[in-house]
Parts: sequence; C-alpha cells; structure tokens
Amino acid sequence: MLSLITFLPLLGVAAILITRQFAGPLQEDRDGAARMIALVTTVGVLVLSVILVVRFNPAQSGFQFTEEASWFAGLHYRMGVDGISVLFVLLTAFLMPLCIAASWRSITNRVVEYMIAFLVLETLVIGVFCALDLIVFYLFFEGQLIPMFLIIGIWGGANRVYAAFKFFLYTLLGSVLMLAAILAMIGIAHTSSIPELMSYRFSPAVQTWLWLAFFASFAVKLPMWPVHTWLPDAHVEAPTAGSVILAGILLKMGGYGFLRFSLPMFPNASVQFTPLIFALSVIAIVYTSLVAFRQTDMKKLIAYSSVAHMGFVTLGIFSGNLLGVQGALFQMLSHGVISGALFLCVGVVYDRMHTREIAFYGGVVNRMPLYAAVFMLFTMGNVGLPGTSGFVGEITSLTGVYAANTWPAILATTGIILSAVYALTLYRNVIFGELANPKLAAITDLGRRESLIFAPLMIATLAIGLQPALVFHITGVSAEQLIAAYHMATSR
Amino acid sequence: MNAASNILLAGPEVILAVSALVLLVWGAFDRKVSAAFIGASMLALVAAAVAAVVGPHGRAFDGGLIADTGAMFSKVVIYVASALAIPVGQRWFRTRGIDRFEYPVLVILAALGMGMMVAAGDLISLYVSIELQSLALYVLAAFRRDDARSSEAGLKYFVLGALSSGLLLYGASLIYGFAGSTHFDVIASAAQSGAGAGLVFGLVFLICGLAFKVSAAPFHMWTPDVYEGAPTPVVGFFAGAPKLAAMVLLARILVEAFGGAVLQWRQVLIALAIISVAVGAFAGLAQKNLKRLWAYSSIANIGYALVGLAAGGPAGVQSMLLFMVLYVIDVTGFFACLAALTREGRPLETFDDFAGLMRERPMLCLAMTSFCLSAIGLPPFSGFWGKVFVFQAAIAAGLAPAAVIALVGSVVAAFYYLRLIKTMWLDPAPGQTDAPTGEAVAVTYATALFAFPAVLIALVVLYPWARTAAAALVIR
Repeated sequence: MLSLITFLPLLGVAAILITRQFAGPLQEDRDGAARMIALVTTVGVLVLSVILVVRFNPAQSGFQFTEEASWFAGLHYRMGVDGISVLFVLLTAFLMPLCIAASWRSITNRVVEYMIAFLVLETLVIGVFCALDLIVFYLFFEGQLIPMFLIIGIWGGANRVYAAFKFFLYTLLGSVLMLAAILAMIGIAHTSSIPELMSYRFSPAVQTWLWLAFFASFAVKLPMWPVHTWLPDAHVEAPTAGSVILAGILLKMGGYGFLRFSLPMFPNASVQFTPLIFALSVIAIVYTSLVAFRQTDMKKLIAYSSVAHMGFVTLGIFSGNLLGVQGALFQMLSHGVISGALFLCVGVVYDRMHTREIAFYGGVVNRMPLYAAVFMLFTMGNVGLPGTSGFVGEITSLTGVYAANTWPAILATTGIILSAVYALTLYRNVIFGELANPKLAAITDLGRRESLIFAPLMIATLAIGLQPALVFHITGVSAEQLIAAYHMATSR
Repeated sequence: MNAASNILLAGPEVILAVSALVLLVWGAFDRKVSAAFIGASMLALVAAAVAAVVGPHGRAFDGGLIADTGAMFSKVVIYVASALAIPVGQRWFRTRGIDRFEYPVLVILAALGMGMMVAAGDLISLYVSIELQSLALYVLAAFRRDDARSSEAGLKYFVLGALSSGLLLYGASLIYGFAGSTHFDVIASAAQSGAGAGLVFGLVFLICGLAFKVSAAPFHMWTPDVYEGAPTPVVGFFAGAPKLAAMVLLARILVEAFGGAVLQWRQVLIALAIISVAVGAFAGLAQKNLKRLWAYSSIANIGYALVGLAAGGPAGVQSMLLFMVLYVIDVTGFFACLAALTREGRPLETFDDFAGLMRERPMLCLAMTSFCLSAIGLPPFSGFWGKVFVFQAAIAAGLAPAAVIALVGSVVAAFYYLRLIKTMWLDPAPGQTDAPTGEAVAVTYATALFAFPAVLIALVVLYPWARTAAAALVIR
C-alpha cells in the first residue's frame, strides 16, 4: 500500500514519457497530455492516501502498513506509517494536485519536464514520511534537492539561479552532517531500522554529537533562525507551485525529523539543548515577524511569516509534553494548508500582473471581490483567528510551551500579535483602498479553475479549525507514546 | 610449484601479453585498423577477465604474483574498463585522422600492467608492473603527436612519473634493507608490531610514489595539465582503471605488508586524504575547462577513497574497492560523453561549450547530469553509495573528524558540478552540436544507466563480492 502510494507518481512519469513519443507532432498536444497525466496521477495518489488514512487505526500504537524487504549491506527497504507521519502523507497528496492545477496555465515552458519534476518530487516527499530505514529515509530526503533545484532554477523568477544554488548548497551542507550521524548510528547500533533505533539508547555523550548533526540538517530545512536566509530567496524565485510545495511540505520535513529522530532517539541531548531551541525559536518568531512587516514583496513577506510560524512548531516539539507535540503537529499541518493557499493567492495576482510588489496593488477588492474573500480567509488563518486551523495550532503548542517554560511562551505570544500586524497590513495594502493603479483596471476575478483550487483549501482550513479532533484523534496515540518514551528516557 | 601451475595462475597476464604481441605483428603487417582488429583486442581483454574469474587461486613465481579474490575483483573491473576504452578511443582518433593500430595494443599493455599491479606480491613485481602500466600511459597521453598540447601532456606525465618511480624505488630499497626481503609476507612479519624507523621511512617514500600515481594531493600537480592536454578518451581511460589499480596496490602494501603498522601509516593517509579533498574541492571552483575540472574532481575522489582505506581492516578496504569501482564507471561515462560531443568539429571542453545541451541532446545531457549528481554524492546515484561505504568504514574506525571534513569538502565541490548542470539546463546554446559518435554514446548511456538505477541492483552482487575481495587482500 505505502509503496504503491510512494511510487505511483513514478508510473505517471513513465506514462508521460511514453505518451510523449506518441502524442503527435504538436508541442501543445504533448504538453496537454503531460498536464493531464500528472493531474490524474496526483489525484490517484490522493485517493489512495485518503483510503490509507481511513484504514489507519488510530488506537494502535507503533507503525502500521509496514513493508520490509532485505537489500544489500545489511540495509532493508522498510516502510510504515504511524500517527505522526500518516497525515503528512495525506497533506502531500492533498497539495500536489492543487499544485499541478495551479501550474496549468502559468507554466508554458518545458511543461513535460515540469510535470515530471513534480511527480518525482511527490514520490520523494511521500517516501520521506514513510521510510523506516535510515538510509532509505536519507535517500528520499536528499533526493528532493534535485527536482527542487530544477524547479527553482528552470521555472523560477529573474534571480532564480542564485536562489537555486543557495537552496541546494545550504540544504546539502546540513544533510551531509546528518549523513555522517546516520552512518555513525548504524556503526554503533548495528541496525538502520528506525523503530529499532527508537528503543536503542545511545550514551549521552554520543547523543550530543548525533543530535547536533541532525539538528544541522533539520534546522536548515525547517528553517530556524539564523539559517533561514535561503528560504526567502528560494520562495521569491520559485514558481507558485514550487513555493506551495516548499512551504507546504518541504519545511515540514524538518519538524517531522525532530519528532522522528531527535526526540525519541536522542532524548537526553534533546533535554540538554531545549534552551537553545527555545531561544532560537523565540528569536525566529519575533525577529522574522518584524522583518516580514518591512517587506515590499508579497512572497517574501509570506516566506518570513513561514519562518515565524515554524518557530511555534519547534517550541511545541521541544516543550516535551503532549500538548506541545500535538500542537506542533497540528501547526505543521495547518501551516501546510494555509501558507500553501497564501502562496497560491499571490500566484493569482502574479499570473495576471507579473509583479509581486505590494505597492503595485491596492483596491483590488473593487475588481476581485471573490479573491478578496478567499484571501481574507487565509490571512485570518495566518493570523490565527479562532475558527481557522491556525488558531488551534498556535494555542495548543503555546499551552504546551507554557507548561514547560513560561518565558518563551510569553515572548512567543507576541508573535501572534505581530503576525496580525504584518498579515493585516499586507491585506489592507493589496485589497482595500482606492484602485489607484490604472493597470489594475482590467484585472479579472478568480476563474472557475482557480476557485476549484481554493475550495478544498478553504474547506480544510475551516474543517480542522472547527473540529481539531479530526487531527488529534489520529495523532494522539503516537504522540502519547512518543512523550511517554521521552519522559521515561529522561526520567522526568 | 612447477612451471605449468605458475603459468596457469598467471593466465590473464599470459593471455594479454601474448595477444598484445600478436596484435602488434598483425597491425604492423595490416597497416590499417579494421573492425576485426578492434574486436580482437577487446576480445583479448574480455578473455583475460574471464580467465581471471575462472582461473585457480594461489601464489605464482615464488609469491611474486598473487591470484586471489582481491586481484580477481580488481582485474575484472580493470579489463572491462580497458576494453571499453578501445572502441571509444579508436573512433575518436579516426575522426581526427589518426588511425593507428598502436592504440589498442598500448591499452592492452597498460591493462596488463594494471592487472599485475593488483596481483603484485613483492616489491619487484610491484615496480615492474607500475612501470609497464606507466610507460604505456605516457605514450597514450602523447598519442596525438602533431598536437603540441598532447605532446606536452605526455612529456609532463613522463617526467613527473619518472620522479615518482624514483621515489618508489628508493622506498622499496629501504624497505628491502630493513625487512630483509622483498616479499610482502616477510615484510609483514618484520612489521608485525609496528614498523621501525627505517621501514617507516621506506614506507613513506612508497606511499608518496603511489600518491603520485593516484594523483593524491600534494602530489597532484601533473594531473590537471595532463588531463587537459591528453586526448579525451585516453583521459577517460587513465582517470579510471589505473587509479583503481594503484589504490589496490596501496591497499596490498599498507594492509597486507604493513598491517601491523596501521597506526603509523594511518596519519599519513588521512593527511593525504584531507589535502586531496580540499585541493580538489577548492581548486576545482576556479576551473573553466571540464577536463581540468574533472582532474580536480578525481583528486577529491581519491581523497574520499583514501579516507576509506585509512580506516584499514576488511571494512576499510571493501569500502575503498566499492568506491573506486563506482568511481571508475562514473569517470568512464563522463569522458565518453565528452568524447562523443563536438560542435562544428571542435571538441566541447569548456563550460560555455556545454550551454544549452538539454535542448539539443536531452539524452546525453541527462546522462551528463547523472554523472554530475553522482559525483556530488546525491542519492540514489552511484556516487552516493560509494561515499556511504567509505564514510561508514571511516566512522566505524574512529575517524569521524576526517569523515566530516571530507563530507564538508564534498559540499564545496558540489558547487562546480551544479554549475555544470546549470549551464547545461538553463543557459542558451551557442550553436548546433554535431552528431555524436556511436561508440562513445553507447558507453555513455550504459554507464549513466549504471549510475542510476542499475547500481541499486548491481550493489546486491557487488557488495558481497567486494567483501570477499577485501578479506582476501587483508587476510593471508
């Protein structure tokens, strides 16, 4: 089941390559076929993932749907999901068809390659969340650099080459340190199986080094202050769908990594480094929120706000209690939907006007009332208004942090106010006011395709915002188990 | 040990030596290079590889030549890589009006030397085999006699190679003097519990001489110049198999003859490895010519292999063997691709030449991209697995700092590989490329398919094979 979900996109790639040979001489026909196949494949993956989540038994602890096949050098191909990872599979499968649909018209150059890159990316991302072997995990984790490099580098904006290199090299540097740690772990524990390593106790001195190496990778990926600087560049230059994937899913792999590796495998080191994480997270929340406020580029603003929101995730994870972890998980899923949607919102006006300058816009509500309403919902989600999913994630993780340590919680709460400041300012400057710029006179409201893209995102935001139990029910047992093991290992 | 069994143990060498002589006579009378000639020379190499696999194991000529799994494993790779170099190179020379029968013969002689290197059991056969291999390669580097750069490359290679041979001989004589024998097993018992000052002195000279041959920094000066000047397919040949041969020979000396002195030579190897990785990564950043670039890339890669070898023991040798095999395949493919491409008759050599290759020759560009990604060490390409094995062995042997330094070096090196990918995929093309040559394209595709995805299956076979080979090299 998991292997099918993971590798189905590769079948789509094969189908695209085959039809390309027979699709006829016209470039448009080939592109159309590639788009269609990509959409059908990603929808197929979504259907399978929904089935996966429905069949997932939330009451059962440990990994489910496990698959195992032995490979060379004592390695195994192991797959499986638990309550922590299963929803990320669904999130990925949920965002991918929307990305394909969002690129339907805006990507006209090298469409076949673009669709292939996205399908390969989907395989790798789902693989990361399903892998239960360190090397297999690393394979998927690191492999993503290739399609993402090409997506930013080929279909990005003016400064795309710089952004692509920066993204690639930053992430690679973090990852090779993690690779060294992975190899050391295999050498010490003589197994590469993630479930077995979760119950293996490394000595505290070793844990410190391993934790730091994993931290290097996940902190860059998440990203945490001060290694977040690649993110605004990558976001600004990436095509809309690339930004959606980057913010919606790739960033979540950092948080997922902390939950899957750092906490259960190196609990003592995690306790030891909690003050560091708290400090970095609080700085990230306050500092990047202030930076976001000063941005003139819409995408950059949202990119910085992503860094701030990820600060809540790290705070929650390292609070070391159930509420914090649950909140962090929820925040990641919610941010995946909301920030993805916000980038799509920017993409809508960018497709029409080809600029993301905030100053260019103003009074858009007069021409695009529907768009204004949609943008409003996601802005509120970003701010964390009760009723949207953003509220649940922030309040839960902050409650958890408060129980662990008062000051970080208090300082981080200012982030919620600051997020209201920058998000509402952005909204006001773009949507309200007079229609000052004459170029905006001919701008058109959301089309049917765009409305169809936003509808599921709006439903998701409101659904888990109003009924958070949908998520907590699935993550609950695994999170409890994680925290229980964490407390036992650190004897708190 | 009678003559017949000696000959039988040296089966691959005999096949190659005899066929080289036969081909020399055939070529001298025929004067032109026919398809049959190429086929026969490739067949000789394949036959030698088969003979290495099916032949008996043991020690021939009073221990001078060892036929074990380690030698067999290396020989198969060396002979196959040499066989691939023949059609690619011959075609390349023919399109440039150099249609000489000496090329396949020299490749076979070099392969003979390399095969003897990996099978060497004493210092005499060590030196003889290295010289046989090197002399053939000097001539190959200068094979375009009318081309000044090629002649310069050959001369440079020869002069510096002669220097390294001098170092080797000096080291060998010191070791002989202090151990009392040229045989590795006698040396091993002399150096059982750490080597004395004289032996260490000799060993360091020996390591330096071999470091020249594998172009490990700081003995790498000749590499970029020779790679740039020598004919492209020849570079593809001597960037691959001879390095493997020299590394296996190094492993034999260090792990087999000086296994007891591991703590003494480990420091030297780690120093060589780290300098190589640093030089390869940083100096590569400034290169514009791809052949020079790949020279620095090969310096860095030798650094990684040395990290693995420095780990010592079966695990270290195994990781080094696997790394080198995957590297040989990669580098063969890269230079085959370079040899395949011309633009209006001019070879593609600089970054700018490769601009826009994705639009013109998408398949070759994909192959090139996979070689680059493999060289970066990105999963799931073959280079990643090589690095995994090497660094795993190094970390298990307590060399984590060296491994981390080498890994960080690989991130620096990633920049220039990425730049090549960027040039091929993103930049506009300056003009049309000519139709690529068939042989080189076939080799390119085959090696690219090996880099991914065939490697994932091939390692299932290669990994245990390399383990038995390493065990044979370590234990006697």
